[in-house]
Amino acid sequence: MTILAQAANASPPMDSFASVDALVQGLAGVGYIASRRIATALYMSVHLQKPILVEGVAGVGKTELALSTATLLDLPLIRMQCYEGLDESKALYEWKYGKQLLYTQILKDRMGAELADAAGMDEAMERLHGMGDMFFSEPFLEPRPLMKALREDGGCVLLIDEIDKSDEAFEAFLLEVLSAYQASVPELGVIKAKTPPIVFLTSNNVRDLGDALKRRCLHLHIPLPEASLERRIVASRVPDIEARLTHQLVGFVHALREMDLRKSPSISETVDWARALILMHADSLDPAMVRDTLNVILKYEQDIQMVEPQISELLRTAQTTP
Amino acid sequence: MQHQMEDFIRALRAADVKVSPAESIDAHEAVARIGYADRELLKDALCATLAKSEDEVRRFDRAFDNFFARDPFDFATQPPPPEGGEAAPPEARLEDVSEEAAGSELAQIILAGDSTALTQAMEKAAQAAQVSEIRLSTQKSRLTRRLLDEMGVAQIEKIISQARRLEGEGGNALADRLEAGRKVVAAEAQRYVQRQHDLYAAESGRQLREELLARKALNAEGGIDPVDLQMMQALVRKMAKRLAERYSRRRNRARKGHLDVRRTLRQSMAYGGVPFNVVWKTERVDKPKIIAICDVSKSVAAAAQFLLTFLYSLNEVVDRMDAYAFSGRMIPVNQILDEHGVDKAILEVLRLIGFQQTDYGRALQDFAENHLDKLDRHTTVIFLGDARSNYADPRLDIMRTIHERSRSVIWLNPEPESYWNQGDSVMNRYLPFCHLAKTCNTLDQLERIIEDVLRQYVPR
Repeated sequence: MTILAQAANASPPMDSFASVDALVQGLAGVGYIASRRIATALYMSVHLQKPILVEGVAGVGKTELALSTATLLDLPLIRMQCYEGLDESKALYEWKYGKQLLYTQILKDRMGAELADAAGMDEAMERLHGMGDMFFSEPFLEPRPLMKALREDGGCVLLIDEIDKSDEAFEAFLLEVLSAYQASVPELGVIKAKTPPIVFLTSNNVRDLGDALKRRCLHLHIPLPEASLERRIVASRVPDIEARLTHQLVGFVHALREMDLRKSPSISETVDWARALILMHADSLDPAMVRDTLNVILKYEQDIQMVEPQISELLRTAQTTP
Repeated sequence: MQHQMEDFIRALRAADVKVSPAESIDAHEAVARIGYADRELLKDALCATLAKSEDEVRRFDRAFDNFFARDPFDFATQPPPPEGGEAAPPEARLEDVSEEAAGSELAQIILAGDSTALTQAMEKAAQAAQVSEIRLSTQKSRLTRRLLDEMGVAQIEKIISQARRLEGEGGNALADRLEAGRKVVAAEAQRYVQRQHDLYAAESGRQLREELLARKALNAEGGIDPVDLQMMQALVRKMAKRLAERYSRRRNRARKGHLDVRRTLRQSMAYGGVPFNVVWKTERVDKPKIIAICDVSKSVAAAAQFLLTFLYSLNEVVDRMDAYAFSGRMIPVNQILDEHGVDKAILEVLRLIGFQQTDYGRALQDFAENHLDKLDRHTTVIFLGDARSNYADPRLDIMRTIHERSRSVIWLNPEPESYWNQGDSVMNRYLPFCHLAKTCNTLDQLERIIEDVLRQYVPR
């Protein structure tokens, strides 16, 4: 059963995935302004049941896309943050060692009584086997994000964040989960998802991902948006903002991106800045205001020092951008 | 349309976008889902399934626009308006010329001025003539001719000459129109083949050139062409990137799956001896440390420059790299490399130590006196030189020390092996102290050897 069929049964009909345009609208409805390319990739990913690998610089809305999709489909979001050293036991499942140890203790105490009435050695062994199998069964299983996602029968959105930070070995381990939506636990057998989750993988390009992983995913690269798109994003995220301020602010940020900065501001910085300006009751940008709030959009001291003397000039350029 | 998708995927591959069969299946499924009607949608959907990195997205966009660009023909074969109000004589019809002419499709298309039909006819003929198999720019004229033949241009020519022989003015008028149409078709065919060439072959020409350059001898007479030099340097960086990708991926710890009893016991102390935390043995993989010692005398300078470029581009994979250069005396060149960049460093080194007489013994002694402490079990020493020592003492004792102290010693010699012991070459006397000695006179060989070095550090 696909997510869509499932969703259609459960909640109001999911027309959002009927076409790309509907999807753009649907995403806008939950506060995510998507370009057509983003929407098409998401549309394809849901209909072809393939994971989607989202790349782009930090703060362009990679993670946000997954969150919005979950909201749009009204599905639970299961998030797994990757880091160096992440392994199976933290991603898929782990045995509850402590509980198992306690169980051994109990077993030891009860052993004599349990086995007292056994007819012979063979029967005693037989019973012991039965108890042993208990060790590796559901009650002792600690599911981790991947397992949770596979066992979510109503489907879910699985977000594997910053996959590029994980080791190569983990990447290889993911392949089974991503292509067949199943995972093998040696003691329990294969666990297969009833409803394949919608999988998002995000990457900041810290390292190149393997071809095998890329081949299994659809690929979406989110670039920094054009001015008009970014204005709409700001307007959607910060509803109280005035159009004139949005215009100025986005123009200024775009002018900054032309500069040779260590970290160019991305969408999340623009939105944060807009919020900060609203808090300060600004209705337009002036050099003093920009100087005071510059640390919201620029995250490095050198960048701030470089931009500060040019603020007035940048503001002038910002006025002229279409 | 199936055929078009296949051609498009081929065009993508030619544009250096890697497309695996599985991805092309995805692409077909995507197309089956969304259809061909909406071009933007098609582009975005194919992009998601086929292009897998930022770089590839850019190349994909270009290839898509190129491939699906179908600018309409400029098909002006209608007779010019009669001059001076004089009524033109009625034009002869095809049927008047001959029966064969009446059956000619191309002639009918031209007379009707139907550009859509012409496009279709050309696509069909192009498939028959296998224009999309184009590989080299020299094939262009031959393929254009094949394409025109397939379209039946020869027949048109025959009709024209027949029409000219017809009685009355009408025959000539028909011939003129056909003639004009034929020219348009010929120009169009040329343009078509050119576009196919841009799609499928432009990139492969460059690839061919790179392949040749990779095998070009570095110490060729008269040096390397400046144009080639630039391309070769780019090539070296590309090779280095490829190696870096392959080997940086194996840098992480290799898990051995053995229980680390000592650490497990230690950890269990906190829980009264119950081993809650199980610790597994791990193994660290060390990054290579490389010491490059380059002869920069005239015969080896070019090779030295590429070796240095190569090693420097590998900084992601290599832990530390120290470079030394010598001809008579030896100097460390790390600082020079940092200040001037690899491209100009060799010139700067030459300026500093000049073209002294090569003396390997002297150079080794300099190294032993000043830099021997740089050597340890993790270091690979790469010598680059022809081992022509002008009959001076080769100082084998120092070579032995280097051999004993380092992880491995590699000697790259630009000369072929048969020259190694002739004249003043002491190569064979150094050989016992090298773990590996190879001829290295092309970028190809250089890449292979450096890969060997990196592989030594990868756990098996």
